[in-house]
Amino acid sequence: MAAAEHSRRLREQSAEIRRSVVEMIGRARLGHIGGDFSVADILTTLFFAVLKLDPAQPEAPLRDRFILSKGHCAAALYSTLAMRGFFPTAMLKTFIQPLSVLNGHPNRKVPGVEANTGPLGHGLPIGVGAAIAAKLAKASWRVFVVLGDGELQEGSNWEAAMCAGHRRLDNLTTIVDRNRLQQGARTEDTNQLEPLADRWRAFGWEVIVCDGHDHSALYDAFQSAREGRPRCVIANTIKGKGVSFIEDRVEWHHKVPSPEQVELALKELA
Amino acid sequence: MDAQVSKPASTFDCRVAFAETLIALAEADERIVAVCNDSVGSSNLGGFQKLFPDRLINVGIAEQNMVGVAAGLANGGFIPFVCGAGPFLTGRALEQIKVDVAYNGFPVVLCGMSPGMAYGELGPTHHSIEDLSWLRAIDGLAIVVPADPAQTSAAVRWAAKSGTPCYLRIGRTKVPEVTPHGSDAFAFERADVLRDGSDVSIVATGVMVSRALSAAEMLAERGLQARVINISTIKPLDEATIISAARETGAIVTVEEATIEGGLGAAVAATVVRNAPVPMRMLGVTGFAPTGTAEFLFDHFGLNADGIVAAALELKAR
Repeated sequence: MAAAEHSRRLREQSAEIRRSVVEMIGRARLGHIGGDFSVADILTTLFFAVLKLDPAQPEAPLRDRFILSKGHCAAALYSTLAMRGFFPTAMLKTFIQPLSVLNGHPNRKVPGVEANTGPLGHGLPIGVGAAIAAKLAKASWRVFVVLGDGELQEGSNWEAAMCAGHRRLDNLTTIVDRNRLQQGARTEDTNQLEPLADRWRAFGWEVIVCDGHDHSALYDAFQSAREGRPRCVIANTIKGKGVSFIEDRVEWHHKVPSPEQVELALKELA
Repeated sequence: MDAQVSKPASTFDCRVAFAETLIALAEADERIVAVCNDSVGSSNLGGFQKLFPDRLINVGIAEQNMVGVAAGLANGGFIPFVCGAGPFLTGRALEQIKVDVAYNGFPVVLCGMSPGMAYGELGPTHHSIEDLSWLRAIDGLAIVVPADPAQTSAAVRWAAKSGTPCYLRIGRTKVPEVTPHGSDAFAFERADVLRDGSDVSIVATGVMVSRALSAAEMLAERGLQARVINISTIKPLDEATIISAARETGAIVTVEEATIEGGLGAAVAATVVRNAPVPMRMLGVTGFAPTGTAEFLFDHFGLNADGIVAAALELKAR
């Protein structure tokens, strides 16, 4: 497929994921729409262009591993998995309904979910373990972990970062969804993360900084890492990306759109 | 089973049986790996490291990462034995144990080394007296406390095959042999009656089992026949054996090298009160320990044969 056509399809798939998220959260009256939107293009690029996965065999031993450490963005992950064929899109209507497997945070009852996440700072250590497993098994699967930027304030991430650098896990790629907002305020006003790229480099990682909404740049960043180094992709994103009244506003971390706002958002995402 | 330990000829550090068994398992199964936090020496993993250098994953002093890494190794098809001092493994990484291991259902074997007050004079920071209480509250996590080398070895073999998340409490405080050798030394979820009796039951776990047997001998001299039950699986508890003990002996003393707030005693009491209420006494650690060796601290908290005898007599005098 030509690159331009490829990017066009990924853009369409991202818009579809965002529309799905708006409908799910509008219906459920609960969710994390801002982070769902900032991570949507990252998820689309991974699931539709990079990850070696077979939705018919979600636990195939040699599959690539994907872990969403920022588990509160479950609606975006569920929408992506459904569109990729892991389960019927009709199931998305059950999001957070009583006894639905589509809990407010991902769990392994959902086909395609590798690890239950939710409390922050858990995904990267698990990803490091899965990357070590590939090295031990002399297998070629790759491991991708998406972290929120705010969650980098959790120390466990840096334990894992140190470990991955020390072990030269070049089969591990971490993507930081760098939307610069956390639940209560801007990251830099809460507990400064910058100079973020330098911090990852100091832990032994190769760092690529890119536009987290540019599918082509993300695709390039997700190709195999330099030998002997884990890779960190700092994806500069906009929280709430795609809907004007949600973009870059702290309150939309977990604000729920009114029915009118759902309609407005769907129009903007058409 | 009827193991008498009146004069134990020798005592053993269960970490030795642990390491020997782990090596034997690793030789037969490439999926067995050890994960540790700069604890190769204290977990007795030196031999394992020599034989399987690639399969000894020492993440350094980083317990949260250690448990997460183990979950990831399980995701990748391995059977990780996480080996760290009990207090740091369970206290520092409690959320990882809950979420990454138990909630995920990954077959990670968490090995709390040198638990209880084994670190003696190093003090309460290094004592692991809360582990049983904390971990009992976590759904889906089995808790196993072997009482001697034979049980340790059999429990390690069980854990490797179990396919479920579990916590093994591996003692360093030396213990005599209290169970028969061989594969029957431990069966998951089975409590073992080591000595029969109908006047009172002493329900013990781990290091305390041999002390319970000594107490039973002392009680026999006073004409009281104590039933001694070794609880090597604390969760899930062998309720049938506990209920029988309550019904047939009418009084129960529990004894554990752990806080009495939520550990073995609490588990037994919950079973008893629901099924066959009888008077109980719970012996355990009742506060942050003062300075002293492990043996000194056992005496300090009454976790010895005299303390158990006194509790049993008090119950019978009611």
